[in-house]
Amino acid sequence: MFIQKQIESKLAEGLKPAHLEVINESPMHGVPPGSESHFKVVVVSSLFEGKSLVQRHRMINEVLAQELKESVHALTMQTLTPDEWTKKGGRGTSPPCLGGSKAG
Amino acid sequence: MQEKIKNIVEKNKIVIFMKGVPEAPQCGFSAQSVHILQQAGAKNIVAVDVLADPAIREGIKAYTQWPTIPQIFINGEFIGGCDIVTEMAESGELKKTVEAV
Repeated sequence: MFIQKQIESKLAEGLKPAHLEVINESPMHGVPPGSESHFKVVVVSSLFEGKSLVQRHRMINEVLAQELKESVHALTMQTLTPDEWTKKGGRGTSPPCLGGSKAG
Repeated sequence: MQEKIKNIVEKNKIVIFMKGVPEAPQCGFSAQSVHILQQAGAKNIVAVDVLADPAIREGIKAYTQWPTIPQIFINGEFIGGCDIVTEMAESGELKKTVEAV
């Protein structure tokens, strides 16, 4: 779990995602149990707005440069803006509380 | 090596740097990328097996500043890896790009 946590915290910090999933897909690749070599990430971030897929993937590659160099063998990713995520049927983000429940 | 890679991607219309060869890929992402390019109508795909030469494997990563394999080029332009061609295939953009080469 160590590398998975590390990936989660780096992406959370680096891309301020509205939605983040980090899935360890290593068991699909015939590696020993407990391996952390193959990952899938789903990142929904407003920082992707106006950026091409290559640019978005580069942002993630940059944030995870150390992991990709040292331990992560394969990284597959989905990169979406909050709008694209909602259109795709993602769970979307709940609107912010406007304080009405406290109003007299 | 950088000069050699530049030559390969600029002299050929569709190039994939992959693990293994199209008939016997050594990696699921490489296999999927080749399949998707073929599905999109790509003909005469030039495949470079990075497992055959460590210098090419490191060289292509340095050339594109991209850490993973496969890597796909169309008309000399770096398109991306497996995720990106997959998304482009889903949106229909890949077919258009391939048809226009």
